[in-house]
Amino acid sequence: MTTTSLRFRAAIVSVALFLAFIGIWHLATRGTASVAIMSPEYAKLMGATATQGKSAMPGPSDVGAKLWEHLKRPFYDNGPNDKGLGIQLGYSIARVGLGYLLAVMVAIPLGFLIGMSPLISKALDPFIQVLKPISPLAWMPLALYTIKDSGISAIFVIFICSVWPMLLNTAFGVAGVRKEWINVARTLEVGTLRRAFTVILPAAAPTILTGMRISIGIAWLVIVAAEMLVGGTGIGYFVWNEWNNLSITNVIIAILLIGVVGMLLDQVLARFTRMVAFPE
Amino acid sequence: MTEKFISIEGIAKRYPGADGGKIAVFENLWLSMVRGEFICVIGHSGCGKTTVLNILAGLDEPSDGTVIVDGQAIGGTSLDRAVIFQSHALLPWRTVLGNVAYAVTSKWRSWDRARVKAHAQSFIDLVGLTGAEHKRPSELSGGMKQRVGIARALSITPKIMLMDEPFSALDALTRGTLQDEVRRICLETGQTAFMITHDVDEAIYLADRIFLMTNGPGAVLAEIVENPLPKDRGRFDLHRHPLYYAVRNHVVDFLVSRSKSFAAEVPAHDPRNLPVVRIGRPDLVIASVSEAMHEESKQPSCPGQAQA
Ligand SMILES: Nc1ncnc2c1ncn2[C@@H]1O[C@H](COP(=O)(O)OP(=O)(O)OP(=O)(O)O)[C@@H](O)[C@H]1O
Ligand SMILES: [Mg+2]
Repeated sequence: MTTTSLRFRAAIVSVALFLAFIGIWHLATRGTASVAIMSPEYAKLMGATATQGKSAMPGPSDVGAKLWEHLKRPFYDNGPNDKGLGIQLGYSIARVGLGYLLAVMVAIPLGFLIGMSPLISKALDPFIQVLKPISPLAWMPLALYTIKDSGISAIFVIFICSVWPMLLNTAFGVAGVRKEWINVARTLEVGTLRRAFTVILPAAAPTILTGMRISIGIAWLVIVAAEMLVGGTGIGYFVWNEWNNLSITNVIIAILLIGVVGMLLDQVLARFTRMVAFPE
Repeated sequence: MTEKFISIEGIAKRYPGADGGKIAVFENLWLSMVRGEFICVIGHSGCGKTTVLNILAGLDEPSDGTVIVDGQAIGGTSLDRAVIFQSHALLPWRTVLGNVAYAVTSKWRSWDRARVKAHAQSFIDLVGLTGAEHKRPSELSGGMKQRVGIARALSITPKIMLMDEPFSALDALTRGTLQDEVRRICLETGQTAFMITHDVDEAIYLADRIFLMTNGPGAVLAEIVENPLPKDRGRFDLHRHPLYYAVRNHVVDFLVSRSKSFAAEVPAHDPRNLPVVRIGRPDLVIASVSEAMHEESKQPSCPGQAQA
């Protein structure tokens, strides 16, 4: 009862804040500048900002209208610089998905190895310590030079940025599996491989999933920047392209969508985390 | 001489000390058991009881010495030696049935699901958890968790049960019920049981022989107290037995005072030849092992402790 009412009250506050934000936004971009007097031909060239005192910043209604336009036809394709937002987001999600999957395939087995073997852990530690803090975008030139394909380079950058949190969390989770659970498996003469799958994996799964959740967040942050660099397709490229077109409305819409997709990706991973969690 | 089923021969456990040297938890520790026997080890916290049990289970390696079970030196853990852990050690992501079934499939790899389930279920029923099969450990009380641990240990039909203070975290009532169950099951299945406990009454109720361990570091098994109570003793009339208080007082005296001063008082202690305390009459009789062997026929529960 109290929780539902709390949730309800929180929702009311959220809506109020949202409306206040829209209201302030609307007021701020309403257009207060004085209107210059000019000939009609000149006015046409100058655009609404100068002729009607309209702010250069689009207001909420402009963004809303444009967003509606985009949502009506998300998948149109009018050549390289004019694609629907659905297509652009699709490219970005596909790149993130591929790079992330590769990272999962490398990080989890390697993390297991590091977590289970103190020798490998110590041997790999210096490499990890040096590689981990490198900004994923710093790899971009090297990737472009060696791979010679901008799309694959972007995937590589996603791979490299999402591999570390997963690797470290997997190693941490595996190394931290309660000794008594391992001892249970040992007294039952469970072999190494079966032990890895029946005891260590379920015990470390919550920690591993936490790493995966951090990784997907970072990957989504990085893809926008990466696509600005490599160009061609993707939501990052879209933002950059619209900036060059001086279409601030589209930029704002893209920012909004990047946020929404990032939230959805996080929610998916959060759900998986909840699935493998166990109460102690 | 009675055949030794378990023989711990001169084991030691040392850990690196702070000053670069070694600290011995215990040195040169000997202990033997005959088949079907129930022994308890009593000693203060930190004296090394768990270490002995872990070595016997094969979970830990001694720094020195060997453990021989059924004529063979052990080389690691075995499905013949089931462990009931102090902290129950259930896998929290599995249900009660899942936890027991995990042990069953580990022992009988080729069994199909239905057979594993039926076998596991029968042991869950045995410990009185029928109806709770699909609960997770977090949904169980402490006593129920401990029962699952017992069911899991028993389900693999081991030859030896190793129990590390299995009931210490439970309330008196639950503890009593579980003691009854463990005693019944061990007697029925002829288990050889090695149990660590802090509870003197528990030791007197369950054990055929009680091993008293002195304080560490450098702990030793000081003596063996033979339990003079009849095999068919009941938990409720235990204290009515004429010898009950004599045994109890002896053990408590040891824990209260002699466990600290033992090393100083008995410098010539022979760890291979532990003195056997046989409380045959209301007054204490302390016999050396060799004497005890001569008298063996008189005692109903005779240990196989004596050795040349
Ligand atoms: N890894 C280790 N390094 C150093 N010392 C250790 C280590 N493990 C155990 N010890 C020492 O060994 C001694 C015996 O420990 P053990 O767990 O066997 O005691 P215990 O008799 O079972 O105690 P309790 O009744 O409290 O369970 C302790 O004094 C402990 O400090
Ligand atoms: Mg202990």
